[in-house]
Amino acid sequence: MKTKKKGISYAKWGYIFMAPFFLVYAIFQLYPMITTVYYSFFEYFRSGLKIIGPNFVGLKNYAAMFSEVPKYFGNTIIMWLLGFIPQIIISLVLASWFTDVRLRLRFQGFFKTVIYMPNLIMASAFAMLFFTLFSDTANGPVNSLLLSLGVISEPIRWMTGVWSSRGLVGLMNFLMWFGNTTIILMAAIMGVDPGLYEAAELDGASSRQMFWKITMPLIKPMLVYTLITSLIGGLQMFDVPQVLTNGKGSPNNSTTTIIMYLNQHLYSKNYGTAGAISVILFLICGVLCVMVYSTLTKEDDGLTKAQRKAQKAQIKAAKKAARAQKGA
Amino acid sequence: MKKALALLTATGMALTMLAGCGGSSSSSAASSEAASSEAASSEAASSEAAPASEEGSVLNIWCWNDEFQSRFNDYYPGVKEVAADKSTTTLDNGITVKWTINPNDNNNYQNKLDEALLKQDSAAADDKIDIFLIEADYALKYVDSDYTLPVKDLGLTDADLADQYQYTKDIVTVDGVQKGTTWQATPGLFAYRRSIAKDVLGTDDPTEVQAALSDWDKFNAVAEQAAAKGYKMLSGYDDSYRTFSNNVSAGWVDGTTVKVDPNLMTWVDQTKTYTDKGYNNKTSLWSDGWSADQGPDGKVFGFFYSTWGINFTLLGNALATPTSEGGKEEVGNGIYGDYAVCQGPEPYYWGGTWICAAAGTDNTATICDVMKQLTCNADIMKQITIDTQDYTNNVPAMKALAEDPDFGSDFLGGQNHIALFSEVAPTIDMSNAGPYDQGCNETFQACMKDYFDGAVDLETAKANFEDQIKVKYPELTAVEWPAA
Amino acid sequence: MPTKTKEKSKLNHVAADPGLFVHRLIAYIVLFVLCFICLFFFYVLIINSTHNNFTIQRGFTALPGKSFFVNLTNTTHDANIPVLSGLRNSLVVAACSAALSVYFSSLTAYAVYAYDFKGKNVLFAIVLLIMTMPTQVSALGFLNLMDKFHMTNTLWPLILPSVAAPSVVFFMKQFMDSSLPREIIEAARIDGSGEFYTFNRVILPILAPGMAVQAIFSFVASWNNYFIPALIIDDAKMKTMPILIAQLRSADFLKFDMGKVYMMIFIAILPVMVVYLCLSKYIVRGVALGSVKG
Repeated sequence: MKTKKKGISYAKWGYIFMAPFFLVYAIFQLYPMITTVYYSFFEYFRSGLKIIGPNFVGLKNYAAMFSEVPKYFGNTIIMWLLGFIPQIIISLVLASWFTDVRLRLRFQGFFKTVIYMPNLIMASAFAMLFFTLFSDTANGPVNSLLLSLGVISEPIRWMTGVWSSRGLVGLMNFLMWFGNTTIILMAAIMGVDPGLYEAAELDGASSRQMFWKITMPLIKPMLVYTLITSLIGGLQMFDVPQVLTNGKGSPNNSTTTIIMYLNQHLYSKNYGTAGAISVILFLICGVLCVMVYSTLTKEDDGLTKAQRKAQKAQIKAAKKAARAQKGA
Repeated sequence: MKKALALLTATGMALTMLAGCGGSSSSSAASSEAASSEAASSEAASSEAAPASEEGSVLNIWCWNDEFQSRFNDYYPGVKEVAADKSTTTLDNGITVKWTINPNDNNNYQNKLDEALLKQDSAAADDKIDIFLIEADYALKYVDSDYTLPVKDLGLTDADLADQYQYTKDIVTVDGVQKGTTWQATPGLFAYRRSIAKDVLGTDDPTEVQAALSDWDKFNAVAEQAAAKGYKMLSGYDDSYRTFSNNVSAGWVDGTTVKVDPNLMTWVDQTKTYTDKGYNNKTSLWSDGWSADQGPDGKVFGFFYSTWGINFTLLGNALATPTSEGGKEEVGNGIYGDYAVCQGPEPYYWGGTWICAAAGTDNTATICDVMKQLTCNADIMKQITIDTQDYTNNVPAMKALAEDPDFGSDFLGGQNHIALFSEVAPTIDMSNAGPYDQGCNETFQACMKDYFDGAVDLETAKANFEDQIKVKYPELTAVEWPAA
Repeated sequence: MPTKTKEKSKLNHVAADPGLFVHRLIAYIVLFVLCFICLFFFYVLIINSTHNNFTIQRGFTALPGKSFFVNLTNTTHDANIPVLSGLRNSLVVAACSAALSVYFSSLTAYAVYAYDFKGKNVLFAIVLLIMTMPTQVSALGFLNLMDKFHMTNTLWPLILPSVAAPSVVFFMKQFMDSSLPREIIEAARIDGSGEFYTFNRVILPILAPGMAVQAIFSFVASWNNYFIPALIIDDAKMKTMPILIAQLRSADFLKFDMGKVYMMIFIAILPVMVVYLCLSKYIVRGVALGSVKG
């Protein structure tokens, strides 16, 4: 009986099954977002045991934040780059090694297991660990090790230099993410049609040529995807610098990320300013989200005929190039 | 039989407590409380299982570390049982003390406390805060509000408080109404290593060392001598901060303007000089390097500390084998016995913890008894000092110990440090303390640390302070610096 | 991946190629160094958790000390850092979040996969769009809302929002595209099974492998989550592990005993590490699966 009513009666199940997702999203994310935007137009904070406001102040909070936020945005991007650049380079190299049929690396399972491991560590615990390991004193584990190996003669004051503390944050981000990126890029490389490599090999192309002429162009969408998702993750950077510097972003606010700055205002219960920062962040992320969305849907079938054509042309060009190399 | 006995004791307890605390009720709240308690206890005598009084069964105490908790558990006579993880303490009268400890750093304790106090009215009776502790750095914020109860309303009398140091009462008094009380007086001191003093100055006698350090010029000269012998005079940047910040001419904030005192800039200059000349070890207060400097391998001449610090931090840091691993607090374990204390270049105070009763509490009688036993009872005060080296808030008791030729601290190499403190304690002046002190002090130290470290120049450090203090306290609008 | 015969033919000219040998040597050295860095920190952590405060402050030694159990008892008996309740809270939150997000995400993805209805594509596009929107941007409103609901200091605000987990929806949709034949749905309908029953009894078992992978990731993400829990939870008994860890950093008086600090970090990391070492094969495969279109 039910099967007869197909088309009419099943559609409602689509709505029913999707309802919990959107209901919960609306309550716990959308509505809070709207109130956040609302608060951003008010002077509204707690002064000790008194509550000031809410008084409507228009765009005043934004005006104040537009001069402050760029600095913390800059910090965030710098520390993200310090982690991301080595991460993408090392990951590409490792992924190409792991998938290189001629290199035939052994113990791949072990290596992959180890390099992915830091990704699962509680970021706050990892930062606390680094804080204790890179202690400024001569007795800190890293300093005492370097001293006893004779690498340095004076303890390095890791947490007091601008670039050493940013570097530590970058190092932690690198360690936490390079294994993950390696595995993702490996999957992308393995998704490339093996026939292409075989053809190129028959034509006598070297590993390097195959990497630059075949692999790179074909995994470019995946690289873009990695870049943007990593950037969005980078903008949310909080746990590591927060715990490492105890929320101070020391030295000289050079490790204060945008979320840490937001957190400081949330902590002081300054709802107006925190709201303004949230909205600015929302706009930045909104643009990035659209970019992720377009890379994702581009790769799916449907609208992507043009894209596929371009890809095929690329493959052809790559084959041609390989052949040309052989001739030369 | 057993039950009846327990009941009898409980009722007895309640009655004695009432005799002490309900009697002098100067407010209607306290007297009605007393009356209802009395009714309840007489009822309890007749009906079997009823609690001894009509008080709430949970006493919520908020604090920021476990110092008061251990004093309470060790010295409050009404303690029956302490939970294994110390999260609760059960009293003889059946009340359960629930400890809420929020770390102090970065106004954290204040923020959490404010939030809870703002919800105090709507909270369930057993969740309401009954007692909270405050520090000198922000005491005014709470005593100058309706969230604290006057101690006299609880049942403490002038006679009870008579032996306490006047300054400990002044700082928690607004418009003549005292709203908190403390068990300790906290004169500052300079704790130095006897062995290093001998090496540098040729003597470890507190009087002679004090003579060598009695003003800043002399202190600086000793710092130079110590550096020549391979020692550091101080451990970190903030060690001497309190000696300057307690000798300022005005409070931190005037209206909504932060006014940086010239004396603080003197601290900045001096510390920068010390750093550049290598007189300090570049640590920060409470950092691992700082506590390691206090230990057996430390090469630091001395530490500015306060009375509570001797027991709370210095002693533990000085041991080679911690007590948890069977180490004994005795000479031979680390540098136990190698410290001594003197006044240092300038009198100052540091810290101090006051007990306040929160408005809305349903445990006034118990709070009164706690305050009475732990801040007014001379015997208990004296015992705390004998056991822990802490300097307690009872003039005659401390005087007796100061004059006792047999009294001395083994940890301090036999020195009678109480004698030193009892001279200094009456001179403490906290009149410049204000509600913003914690945030201002912490932020100022943190910003100047960048300057000492050489990460920024002085102007940038000042600008950072201006920015950050406004983030911490949105209501503050401007920062004024002393003319250079 | 090339065929076996191909590999064999290559074996021959590998032996003859010294360049390849050097290449391989470099690869091994780099991999070894990276693995060393990854493992070194854990080594220090484990070693230091067996030392007492005094020996730790003397500088790093490569050999374990004898204070492991003393540190362990000290840590578990400190009411200021309630580790045991922290572990329990983290476990409850992470397990519930993982279960909710995987179940409801599968349900949402199934709606897109199995049914045709008006606005379906728009709704799915919305899911994709919000996938990368950080939760921090609405933290302020979220905090106030939870306050209004009287849900602060409870674990609900950390569990309930995981019903809406866009990235899991996206993954499950991919997984269905690749490994859920539509005929099964048809067959179930012919058998007269209700839609909801079909999903729970017929579809879910097929999705189990994909769900397991996502469950692990959701679990870990929730276990490690710090920002929102730190804003929501004040009550010591409700605190999750990341909050307790961060508290170690901020509460000065907790740092008096470095042995305890290392032990605490060790305890916080350990459960996830054990799970990972047991399931690493599937997890590493899951990472790859999540990234590539079916």
